[in-house]
Amino acid sequence: MRLSPAEVDHIALLSRLELSEAERERAATELTQILSYFEKLAELDTENVEPTAQVIPTVNVLREDTVRPSLAPAAALQNAPESADNMFQVPRVVEAE
Amino acid sequence: MPLTDLSAFQIATQIKQKKLSCREVTDEFLARIEAVEPRVKSFVTVTADEARQRADMLDRRVAAGDDIGLLGGVPIAVKDLISTKGVRTTCSSKMLENFVPPYDAHVAERIAGEGAITIGKANMDEFAMGSSTENSAFFPTRNPWDLDRVPGGSSGGSTAAVAALEAPISLGSDTGGSIRQPAAYCGCVGLKPTYGLVSRFGLIAFASSLDQIGPIANDVRDTALTLQAIAGHDQRDSTSIKRPVPNYLDALTGNIKGLRVGVPKEYFAQGVEGYVQDSVRTAIDKLAELGAEIVEVSMPSTEYALATYYIIAPSEASSNLARYDGVQYGLRVLDPGDDVVAMYSKTRAAGFGHEVQHRIMIGTHALSSGFYDAYYSKAQKVRTLIRREFEAAFEKCDVLATPTAPTVAFKIGEKTADPFAMKLADTCTIPVNMAGLPAISLPCGFHEGLPIGLQLIGNLLDESTILRTAHAYEQATEWHKKRAAL
Repeated sequence: MRLSPAEVDHIALLSRLELSEAERERAATELTQILSYFEKLAELDTENVEPTAQVIPTVNVLREDTVRPSLAPAAALQNAPESADNMFQVPRVVEAE
Repeated sequence: MPLTDLSAFQIATQIKQKKLSCREVTDEFLARIEAVEPRVKSFVTVTADEARQRADMLDRRVAAGDDIGLLGGVPIAVKDLISTKGVRTTCSSKMLENFVPPYDAHVAERIAGEGAITIGKANMDEFAMGSSTENSAFFPTRNPWDLDRVPGGSSGGSTAAVAALEAPISLGSDTGGSIRQPAAYCGCVGLKPTYGLVSRFGLIAFASSLDQIGPIANDVRDTALTLQAIAGHDQRDSTSIKRPVPNYLDALTGNIKGLRVGVPKEYFAQGVEGYVQDSVRTAIDKLAELGAEIVEVSMPSTEYALATYYIIAPSEASSNLARYDGVQYGLRVLDPGDDVVAMYSKTRAAGFGHEVQHRIMIGTHALSSGFYDAYYSKAQKVRTLIRREFEAAFEKCDVLATPTAPTVAFKIGEKTADPFAMKLADTCTIPVNMAGLPAISLPCGFHEGLPIGLQLIGNLLDESTILRTAHAYEQATEWHKKRAAL
């Protein structure tokens, strides 16, 4: 069944993507198509099958918590769209009282 | 013979013997780039000045008697999602158009440590999402065999560069076939290593449970040589496997007597063109002639791999690409009065192309509340079924032989209107990533002047056996000697 405009808007909001009217239409069509293709997987019985997250049987790779050289603040900030006082700058996120 | 016809192995050997200088080789490849690049368009950035400076430095070391490494003096093209310190790394995206990494990826350090000379950053489908390199935000790359056709993707620039002799070797990355499918389309050799063999530190992430970096070359020996340079443990990638790396060049014995080659019938199914099936069957006959034993196998879950991939890869991508928010690096779109959510949403809408946005939305939906079990969790269980079928197959055989892609290279623009048709180009390569196995594609014939690829799949960490098999086949055939006329 075709995704409703409300469903597309919800997915776009969760994705943090601003869509134009034409893009919303196209997203509804394309997402509906691929989601219906996924229904093919229901043909398989996976009742007692363990999921595979990745293929290498390594878990919790740990290392000593030692101090190592890291990026200098100037290098870390060199690609920032806006920065000040060695910090990344963003629009206000906390409302003023 | 022009210098650009030499293999990486020959170049490194002749530099070591002081028959060639690094500078001479670098200049020759830069001249070739200048001559063919306007038609092929393999590179987002050509690093000519850096390459010449580095060549001169390496020549001074050779003169001083230093061993400059396995790839000493060999020019290399690097896919533009591998971070290179001080050199723009764009992922062929507007989002990262001006991004200059403050550090090198592990593989960039490794190839430099082995004396390679990075000659440019290769074009790709944006964020490695695509099968044709048409999803580059900058321009499409063209197939050197037919400039009206795609080189494949997503490592289309890396592969076209090698096929066009703009570089003898290159690095690509492979999440669902992005090294092997372009290798097939461009008549090159491309290898996806075992998941965990090559560190992804500094690789811009797409789908973390699938991504692997690997080599592309014009013959099997150069592929083995390049893999040797980049394989091995790195503690900065927690999925990196801690095991000694074998000598891959030693594996190229030419002998495959008694090798058990499995042929999974599901890879010769509907959708795979007759001419591809014929070429691959003929290649399998050649392996038998060389002493291999051919074993028919069946892997019925194969037809579910594509759907599984298009849940798992976008899900992981939606998480990985959440970092592009206009804060730490990359594009920012901010209008007066916007709050952060507006900034994020406008930045991502302007910075990502259509296919990337499409996949982020698929993945976000698949992971969202109420849908996780039906999609992501289900796909991970099917992934287990696919993996088990490979495990069972490798109890009966040493390698699996299949087509790499169902067709030869298609025309530019032919599949852009139907993204689903595009995805079918990856049906033979995707199952391999699901199981984390190594696989190589090499040329095994032509159809109307366009190359066809043979895929050889190996067991976990058994790159040596697929390289040995590929090399034996290559030595017994002439396909790898053919070059695109440009």
